[in-house]
Amino acid sequence: MASVATVTLPLPVLPEGWTGEKDFKSLGQLSGAVERSIEPVGPHFLAHARRARHRRTFSEDDRIQAQEKAKNVEDVDDGEISEPEDPMMLQREAKDWKTQDHYKILGLSKYRFKATEEQIKKAHRKKVLKHHPDKKAAQGRTEDDQFFKCIQKANDILMDPIKRRQFDSVDEEADVDPPTKKEQKSGNYYKLWSKVFKAEGRFSKTHPVPTFGDVNSTQEHVEEFYNFWYNFDSWRTFEYLDEDVPDDNENRDQKRHVERKNANARKKKKAEDNARLRKLLDDASAGDERIKKFRQEANAKKNAKRIAKEKAEKEAEEAAKAQAQREAELKAAEAEKAKADKNASKKAKEDAKNAAKKNKRVLKGSVKDANYFAGAGEASAAQIDSVLGDVDLIQGKIDNEELAALAGKLNGLKVADEIKGVWSGEVKRLVGAGKLKDGDAKNLA
Amino acid sequence: MAENGDKQTGPEPSNRVVIGVTFGNSNSSIAYTVDDKAEVIANEDGDRQIPTVLSYADGDEYYGAQAKAFLIRNPNNTVAYFRDFLGQEFKSIDPTHCHAAAHPQEVEGTVSFTVKDKGSEEDASTVSVPEISVRYLRRLFGAATDYLGKKVTSAVISVPTNFSEKQREALISAAKEAEVEVLQLISDPVAAVLAYDARPEAEVKDKIVVVADLGGTRSDVAVVASRGGMYTVLATAHDYEFAGVHLDNALIEYFAKEFIKKHETDPRSNPRSLAKLRAESEATKKALSLGTNAQFSVESLADGYDFSVTINRIRYEMVGRKVFEGFNRLVEGVVKKAGLDVLDVDEVIMCGGTSHTPRIANNFRGIFPETTDILAPATSTVAINPSELQARGAALQASLIQEYEAEDIEQSTHPAVTTVKHISNAIGVTTVGPDGEAFTPVMAAETAVPARRTVHIPAPKEGGDVLIKVVEGGTHIKVTKPEPKEKEEKEEDEDDSDFDSDEEEEETREKIWKIGSALAEAAIRGVKAGSKVEVTINVAADLSVIVTAREVGGKGGVRGNLKAP
Repeated sequence: MASVATVTLPLPVLPEGWTGEKDFKSLGQLSGAVERSIEPVGPHFLAHARRARHRRTFSEDDRIQAQEKAKNVEDVDDGEISEPEDPMMLQREAKDWKTQDHYKILGLSKYRFKATEEQIKKAHRKKVLKHHPDKKAAQGRTEDDQFFKCIQKANDILMDPIKRRQFDSVDEEADVDPPTKKEQKSGNYYKLWSKVFKAEGRFSKTHPVPTFGDVNSTQEHVEEFYNFWYNFDSWRTFEYLDEDVPDDNENRDQKRHVERKNANARKKKKAEDNARLRKLLDDASAGDERIKKFRQEANAKKNAKRIAKEKAEKEAEEAAKAQAQREAELKAAEAEKAKADKNASKKAKEDAKNAAKKNKRVLKGSVKDANYFAGAGEASAAQIDSVLGDVDLIQGKIDNEELAALAGKLNGLKVADEIKGVWSGEVKRLVGAGKLKDGDAKNLA
Repeated sequence: MAENGDKQTGPEPSNRVVIGVTFGNSNSSIAYTVDDKAEVIANEDGDRQIPTVLSYADGDEYYGAQAKAFLIRNPNNTVAYFRDFLGQEFKSIDPTHCHAAAHPQEVEGTVSFTVKDKGSEEDASTVSVPEISVRYLRRLFGAATDYLGKKVTSAVISVPTNFSEKQREALISAAKEAEVEVLQLISDPVAAVLAYDARPEAEVKDKIVVVADLGGTRSDVAVVASRGGMYTVLATAHDYEFAGVHLDNALIEYFAKEFIKKHETDPRSNPRSLAKLRAESEATKKALSLGTNAQFSVESLADGYDFSVTINRIRYEMVGRKVFEGFNRLVEGVVKKAGLDVLDVDEVIMCGGTSHTPRIANNFRGIFPETTDILAPATSTVAINPSELQARGAALQASLIQEYEAEDIEQSTHPAVTTVKHISNAIGVTTVGPDGEAFTPVMAAETAVPARRTVHIPAPKEGGDVLIKVVEGGTHIKVTKPEPKEKEEKEEDEDDSDFDSDEEEEETREKIWKIGSALAEAAIRGVKAGSKVEVTINVAADLSVIVTAREVGGKGGVRGNLKAP
């Protein structure tokens, strides 16, 4: 690796008497180093990384690299000539070129439509060198150029892009048969089908061709795959299988007839091919667990939405019902309460009325007991009348509670002076409160 | 470290279509390799430097030069100079350059722009910097795909050396979003060095390279030790004060003053006039890199006045002197930072658009000694277009690693592989110079170990037994002040000393090798007259040394080990 630098200044002469074990004397060690990062860039870094990762020294790495390079060249050579030649194939007649497998003739049957032009060229050259008729003539076999013609024909077809496509179109050796039902059940479903579609993908006009994927492929991937294949744009043609068109100079009608027939046959084959592909896809998708899975997931999602919606609706309904019930109960309770209140107030009013009546009776009774304040004599009608008038006046001025209080004070009193005292106190209080005018109810004051 | 962590998404190595990308703050470039030669791809507008600008008008997205033109008419919906915001927090970004474009804002902790990207009637939408980057990268990759006719699957992107881990991650995920696998992020200066070293005529040698990446909004200078094709960055400097826009600003100021003299209005006071002024100043600057005169002319610059004026290069160099001096200081500073002297520098690679400016290259020519190559269009005929260097380097790296599995790349760029010891002192042998013992370096300082170097050293004329003394060596700078009266020291080159004495106070500086501690001695006996001795020094990763010496073409030889310290 390292290039050699050349220096101009000469080395010193070995001083007299210099000795060292094996002519080498170690005098010191390197003084220190700094850890730095080298930039992971450039071919020399890659070499460094290779050495570092595989723990190789410079010379080891040089050797291994050289070996690998050498091996590569060999491999390429090997690959193309290692294909054994079928003795039956060597017996082929050149005129049967339509049925010959051009890739096999050139020893490229493992590459097929993938073979590059470079590979075809190389393979052809090798075969030519091996099977050249002049070489066979040298071995004493004259007139043995049939297989050589086969090689030339194969080369003609494979080196012409149009003819090669026509041949590739009908190259059944490159087809991969769809898996049988039994094989599909064996668990290799995705692997087997992806091989089929990989082979079919060679006819695609658009690239890249999406892969079949595996069981874990995403929905987008699967959808893209099926969309691509259901809209497959194929360059496959069937000219290769045409019947030979007779020469012009024979019969023009016959020629046209054959041409028409060929065109129709091509069309028919193309249609059949499309139908075949469609069936292939239908078969693949029918057994494709992923589609089922995605559908189920989608359904589950939709259902989940619906169920959630229904549940929400039901809940809302129930909530509304409960609310209505609560409101009704509340209303009933209120009505009940109002009724009870009404009764209670009615009763209280009646009681109050009765109490007032009773109290009034007490008031009237008290003045009667006091003999209408007429002293010992019989009270005159006018006296009675005026006293009762005053009592009525006071009764009118005071409310029920004061009436009850007054009645309480008067109740049980029999002595005229005491009664008079109570009354006069009441009158004074009322005058003080401004309810009575001074001079009113003077009989009681 | 720098590649796609998710191996699931990467395409098969054999199916990769790779490009190299430079995603710059001002301009970006894309390149691919054909027959091991890197070519920069022109986009559909024919641009090889594609302005890193996106613009939205009536729901259409424009990028590159078209978008840049919208900075005049539609600045609010034009996003420019956003690369440096990627992977940054709002508080740490410098929005200066976005002043005349869409302004960055902080939205939910990320830097975003508000642009009307969905047609005029729609409301403006807020687009984050990563999203803008994805959109821009998608256009960039799209241009490469159109050019190559194959879907680009993978890329190597070059980034500044001070890009943080976060910025790298943001860039990788943005590229991933744009459906391109990032094989590796490489640093800008090293990409530039690689672009030069990958030329077929280039030879692998030990050298110190200064990479001056003078861009639009920033200048980055790095000192790179190139040792047997391996690169180690010794020091870097980043500058945001001296860059292309500052030259534009100097020109803007100059032209604005000229305009004021004539029309008494300041074109800088109106944003639209300023944008026109800026666009034309940039064009004038570019024209002055090629020719000695340039026409500056803008229709209706301000107040409806057309403005046309000619400027020559000397005037421009005067106007931009401050910035030019800034570049000088920047480069000198970084050489010092690396602990080196300008005499140690073997090559100066100038890259970035601003490097086209002849004055800068000529200034550098003055700073560095005659022996240093200044690789810029103005000073070297073999210079590669400075604007294209990094994209080319990235493309070359992409072609080198495209066959590797993502995992392989990751392992190879792992710090355990990239971090190695670099020897502090040069290792060499003593030879006989004109004035006694001289040091001849075999392995330069800062060489990454393990390393192996081989030299051929001539034996003395008469042959016989020779001594190979392996020593460490150091350098020091010898400064000689010329004394006009005494000339005896420099008898052999009189021309030089004459020249020196003409210029007063001019001192000569020389790099002198000094012999350090001895490492080993070996003897080769009976060397033929006129023959050469091959000495191989092999330093292992643990700093143990194997010295092998033999006569070229001879058998046997001497081999000895030095223990690791």
